[in-house]
Amino acid sequence: MYDFVTGPLLWLTFIIFVVGLLVRLVVYVRGLDWKADRVTYRVNTSYGIKGAVRSIIFWLIPYKTFGWRTNPVMTVLFFVMHIGLLITPVFLKAHNYMFYDAFGFSLPTIPDGVADLLTIGVMAAVAFILLRRLALPEVRIITDWKDIVLLVITAAPFVTGFLAYHEAGTYDFWIVAHILSGEIMLIAVPFTKLSHSLLFFLSRAQLGMDFGIKRGGMKNKGFAW
Amino acid sequence: MPEGTLCNRKMVNEQEFLSALLADKQGKQYYAELNELDVDHKKLVDTLSKTLKSRTKTWLEICAHCGMCADSCFFYLANKKDPEQVPSYKIQSTLGRLVKAPHKADNAFMQYCMDTAWGKCTCCNRCGTYCPFGIDMGVMFSYLRGLLFSQGFVPWELKIGSGMHRIFRAQMDVTPEDWVETCEWMAEESAEEYPGLEIPIDKEGADIMYTVNAREPKHYPQDIAEAAMLFHIAGENWTVPSEGWEETSLAMFAGDWEACKMQVESVYAAMDRLKPKRMVVTECGHAYRATVIEGPYWAGLPSGKTPVESLHYVEWVAEALRTGKLKIDPAKKIKEPVTYQDSCNYIRNAGLRDIPREIMSYIAEDFREMKPCKEHNFCCGGGGGMNGLGRYREQRNIGLKVKRDQILATGAKLVISPCHNCWDAIRDMEEVYRIGIRWSFLKPLLLDMVIVPDHLRAEE
Repeated sequence: MYDFVTGPLLWLTFIIFVVGLLVRLVVYVRGLDWKADRVTYRVNTSYGIKGAVRSIIFWLIPYKTFGWRTNPVMTVLFFVMHIGLLITPVFLKAHNYMFYDAFGFSLPTIPDGVADLLTIGVMAAVAFILLRRLALPEVRIITDWKDIVLLVITAAPFVTGFLAYHEAGTYDFWIVAHILSGEIMLIAVPFTKLSHSLLFFLSRAQLGMDFGIKRGGMKNKGFAW
Repeated sequence: MPEGTLCNRKMVNEQEFLSALLADKQGKQYYAELNELDVDHKKLVDTLSKTLKSRTKTWLEICAHCGMCADSCFFYLANKKDPEQVPSYKIQSTLGRLVKAPHKADNAFMQYCMDTAWGKCTCCNRCGTYCPFGIDMGVMFSYLRGLLFSQGFVPWELKIGSGMHRIFRAQMDVTPEDWVETCEWMAEESAEEYPGLEIPIDKEGADIMYTVNAREPKHYPQDIAEAAMLFHIAGENWTVPSEGWEETSLAMFAGDWEACKMQVESVYAAMDRLKPKRMVVTECGHAYRATVIEGPYWAGLPSGKTPVESLHYVEWVAEALRTGKLKIDPAKKIKEPVTYQDSCNYIRNAGLRDIPREIMSYIAEDFREMKPCKEHNFCCGGGGGMNGLGRYREQRNIGLKVKRDQILATGAKLVISPCHNCWDAIRDMEEVYRIGIRWSFLKPLLLDMVIVPDHLRAEE
């Protein structure tokens, strides 16, 4: 079982993940239409690029935008979850050992204690986001079962990985569960709202170009996001 | 009954149809027929397949349902945080459902969409700037309005409004003759005070081609006179076109994209004909948005720009004050606390946030910002056509509370509002809530403050 999930299934997962996201990228960009979107993507493009870069960077910095400042608690949850989600799997020692075995090189790594903290952060943030979904009327009204499933899919690799590392119960069981849940998450990315891992950048860039080219970017120093 | 005689999918291209709509007081028959109007599913699916592109599809699909847009919406705030006013909910429950299952759209659903698109959203686009993914729900509501319009599900006043543009190339029944006569009349009146003042009509190669909102010739001709006096004092070489003088677009509020194109093309034709160096648009927000920001796209101009450079009136005022073409008498500056209503259409959606601040620095001694302001200001409450829609008057009046409280918090009793829609909304706010404020365009205030050079004065 372990050999299968770390062998053929893992490769299949990576292929689906990468190809799936590439397809999303191509479909999105090809579907942009300067007349329908009312943005001249190919005219005054330098203003568009400036607008796109600002639009992305402002939103990647905690409390940099009016939106983040209006929702201070959500901002903490959001950044704790996303930083943990991105840093932990990529720079985890255990993952990089496997990486080294397969390719002969690896990325820099973070101490396991830091990985633990980040993991706890992800689990706590997901728990609070779930609570927020159910408790706040303005979020509950737009929540559907898929949102809950996605939170479970997102948290599962962290919960199982944490349990496996700390050898709670059977290591063999948790490690296979961890790998499988990680694979499920990666496969879900191109097909679900998790595609925002790519589409966040494209959508923000698009609106940034809109404001950069058409809605004022050529008349001021840029939108105060 | 599939289509009514008044409420139907037909475009208002003839005077006869327009007159019949106007004769239907308060749209009584129109709205009765609306209850029977069916949905042309084939046309709807066809329109969606042609116009629903990756940007909108992606917006609808990736919305993370985080609810961060809630507090950005003045309707949500004014309605005591009613969850049904959350922008994401409003768009997902209308356009979102429509896109998923267009063949299931029935009369009740289409009416729900209509009441949401026009009664719960002014397309101020504030929510779009609060969404981490940059999902602009105002843009989507505008798109939804277009779909609804093409199916005949549109408020009565906007069916009339778009028809006016189709027939008169103006939002009201003002013909080129009416317009020219009004200009001549105003020139004559103003010349008593300012000898030699003219309103040059169809002058070729002028520095400025001035264009207006049809309400001005129809109901507020004094506004045209004031504009003429200020251009005269500033020594501008200006003109107005006899045709293509109307900047507004009720067609944009209605989602009648074909009429939008007709309207802006009449203005662009005037530019081509008169070859002015620049165009200046009167103190109107959506007029500027329609003709200068969105219009080039309706007309299919690849540059995305109007044929000649176009300025909002506030840009001209700031320039005239900056360069000394207009000089303010320091003794006549506004002494009392004064605030400024940022119009969504030319501030948030056209980047002019710094211009009003510059103007206020020249004319006011105690300028007080609303909070929030500039591109994050709240809609006046009457944008997107809402001021004119009887069906949603109650919702409009509730929505005004946010602006009312913003104004009250400044302590100012005078609100400068260089936008016809905002001006109307604030006037109505005073009528409904009686908070003791005054409101004004820039022109009359400037006329009270500017230094008139001796050679322009009438002899005593």
